[in-house]
Amino acid sequence: MSRQLRYLLPLAAFLLLAGLLYRGLSLDPKLVPSPLIGKSMPAFTLPRLQDPDATLSDSDLLGEVFVLNIWATWCIACRAEHDVLLELARSGAVDIYGLNYKDQRDSAKSWLQQLGNPYVANAFDADGRTGIDWGVYGAPETFVIDRQGIIRHKHIGPLTMEVLNEEILPLLAALKAET
Amino acid sequence: MIPELGHFALILALLMALVLAVFPMVGSLNNTPGWVAVARPAAFGQFTFLLIAFACLVNAFLVNDFSVTYVAQHGNTKLPNIYKVSAVWGAHEGSLLLWAFILGGWTLAVALFARSLPDEMLGRVLSVMGMVSIGFLSFMLFTSNPFARTFPVPTEGRDLNPLLQDFGLAIHPPMLYMGYVGLSVAFSFAIAALIGGKLDTSWARWSRPWTTVAWVFLTIGITLGSWWAYYELGWGGWWFWDPVENASFMPWLVATALIHSLAVTEKRGAFKRWTVLLALLAFSLSLLGTFLVRSGVLTSVHSFAADPARGLYILVFLCIVIGGSLALYAWRAPDVSSGGSFNVLSRETLLLGNNLLLVVITAFILLGTLAPLIYDALGWGKISVGFPWFNTMFIIFTPFLVLLMGLGPLTRWKHHDAADLLRQFRIALLVSICAGVLAALPVFKEGSAYAGLAVMLSVWLVTTLFLSLRRRLSYRRGVAAILKDFSARGSGSYYGMLLAHFGVAVFTIGVTFVTLYDIEKDIRMAPGEEVELAGYTFRFDGVESVPGPNYQADRGTIRVFRQDREITTLTPEKRTYLVQTKPMTEAGIDAGFTRDIYVSLGEALGGGSWSLRLYYKPFVRWIWLGGILIALGGILAAFDKRYRLAVNRKVMASPATPKDKLATQGQT
Repeated sequence: MSRQLRYLLPLAAFLLLAGLLYRGLSLDPKLVPSPLIGKSMPAFTLPRLQDPDATLSDSDLLGEVFVLNIWATWCIACRAEHDVLLELARSGAVDIYGLNYKDQRDSAKSWLQQLGNPYVANAFDADGRTGIDWGVYGAPETFVIDRQGIIRHKHIGPLTMEVLNEEILPLLAALKAET
Repeated sequence: MIPELGHFALILALLMALVLAVFPMVGSLNNTPGWVAVARPAAFGQFTFLLIAFACLVNAFLVNDFSVTYVAQHGNTKLPNIYKVSAVWGAHEGSLLLWAFILGGWTLAVALFARSLPDEMLGRVLSVMGMVSIGFLSFMLFTSNPFARTFPVPTEGRDLNPLLQDFGLAIHPPMLYMGYVGLSVAFSFAIAALIGGKLDTSWARWSRPWTTVAWVFLTIGITLGSWWAYYELGWGGWWFWDPVENASFMPWLVATALIHSLAVTEKRGAFKRWTVLLALLAFSLSLLGTFLVRSGVLTSVHSFAADPARGLYILVFLCIVIGGSLALYAWRAPDVSSGGSFNVLSRETLLLGNNLLLVVITAFILLGTLAPLIYDALGWGKISVGFPWFNTMFIIFTPFLVLLMGLGPLTRWKHHDAADLLRQFRIALLVSICAGVLAALPVFKEGSAYAGLAVMLSVWLVTTLFLSLRRRLSYRRGVAAILKDFSARGSGSYYGMLLAHFGVAVFTIGVTFVTLYDIEKDIRMAPGEEVELAGYTFRFDGVESVPGPNYQADRGTIRVFRQDREITTLTPEKRTYLVQTKPMTEAGIDAGFTRDIYVSLGEALGGGSWSLRLYYKPFVRWIWLGGILIALGGILAAFDKRYRLAVNRKVMASPATPKDKLATQGQT
């Protein structure tokens, strides 16, 4: 009997897979539930990327409109959006903070050295715990946070000049106009 | 009018597929030769109608018929003609038509060229292919009709995605689909054999050349895709472990296992159940890839527009095809005889080891690809699996794979004496270890254990291949005899193996060296400025605006010097396409045998300054050179003389018996 059952294994594995895929159809990988939008940003205190002894926490960021970009050196799409971030930083429209997500400190530092550093400061989230609090699904992701520390916008995937000009910059202008 | 003709031809093709699926199968089960004989004409009819449908869609693009929704979405009057044709498979509906068309082509090819098959077997094989075809044709007609009209008719089309306006990507999908769909032949052979209960060596021999040809196409397709990503995406990567890349790589790995396993089944009658399972799996993974690309369950740069209804349709289709075939396997496989026995130290064992490694790697890739979905479905949150995971997994398993690859050709079937084997390969072992240690020393570059390992494995592969060749030719005395050996029966398989395995050695070197030693620099440059990288001096001569047929390009000029001698002038471009205003990079590449110099334009920084990416990529060509050698090896093997002999034998009406193979044993 067990000999016979052995030949059912591939079928069983496939049925399991089919069930998973069926479930997957009703899930949208791009649509990450963003219950965070309109809420205060999750609290965190993390070592800084450039200086492990100093920390960066949510309270340091309060008071100004800022952009939080989640990135990692293993993430190819982050490389694609890097020029856009540099452009945004250069425009002086907003301060960009980085959350270096599940990365190696050395490679992240040399990445910034080689490609240019658009960030005011980076929090180093080695185990990705803060990323989970922020509902990070995969790098890159970009959040826009207002003066009160409320998350106002989340962009999943690489930023493009189009997204920057059509979504991020108008939003930033509107947020800055708020009192 | 012509689009309706295409639509109508598509409906007729579906009807033909129905005929093909039903009559030969039923006829073979209740012994009605007349019904079985329907197979060939039905295959021919199906192909004819698919050809008409395909030609109609090509025509719609060429004459800019924007009343057809698909053409309006992906065509444009300014599109160069070659891309008007490739736009046919540039998106979901048309690429499905290409799928169906190629499936029709493979079905016709089997009907025409598999003359050595008994009619009953041929009927069943074609019938299974017809069933697959029904799935795709009805999917297209009910959910994704490429000939649907639109009103009011737009005056201009929305143009093909600029990423796809490239020669490499124009031919990449057809090659890949030839591979994916070609695996349906091996699949159909396996199903037919399971139904008939005759999983014998002749079944293996019949499916072997077909499987190899499909595998060659898949190899070429993947290699082209990797090459395209390298020169088109602008950051010099050649593989990204993207879900869709994985979707093409998994069938390739399993098909690789399959062609080796088929060899064992053909020659030794062993591994029958395993081989048939691999044949089912290879095509199942192709279908799974189709699902992943088109259903939107995973995010990928390659994804087509996602539509849950389409996803559900493909999933049901998957369940019927894969679930049905695996159920058939579970039912019939226990009755299959075990076949030839073999010792622990034998070529069979080594091939089985390689098979298992390939399947394990596939399983890990599948797991990594689906992990985001698994986490999401089980409510564990959202994750993404990146480069490090896949790379680590690959680095762990491939060295064992290559070790066994070296041993395999030196080992005899059935049983090989350990002492004798050791005597044979000790030179290879010595040479490769020396080469590896040498390469790991900091004499060259900075020295690295990985470089040492890669060199050791490649040298091991090459020396063992050389030993195997020497042993084979030692039976031939004199130059004439050796030359004669090239045209002997079974020599195609042997030299094909040699070439393909050599390709793996070349590939290994390429991958390792470019990963370890590539140098990149992102830099802001003003016109006239110079910068040095890896011993080369790059001089930036500014950017000028150049019009293209359907785009406007900023073309940079970078002159590259080495010790004051000008090597080349590179002209990377940044193109803005007129309709879909996405910026596209065209890298400037100076290709070389041992290194590429690669420049891509970043952003304009004002005052004529630009951000530039400069790369020095050692041995990167070897990656694709390896791919090409592997494919060439496959071609040699597929066109081995003995498959043509099988054709002749059929004409003389004497069935092929396994005994015939003994004559060529030990040669492949």
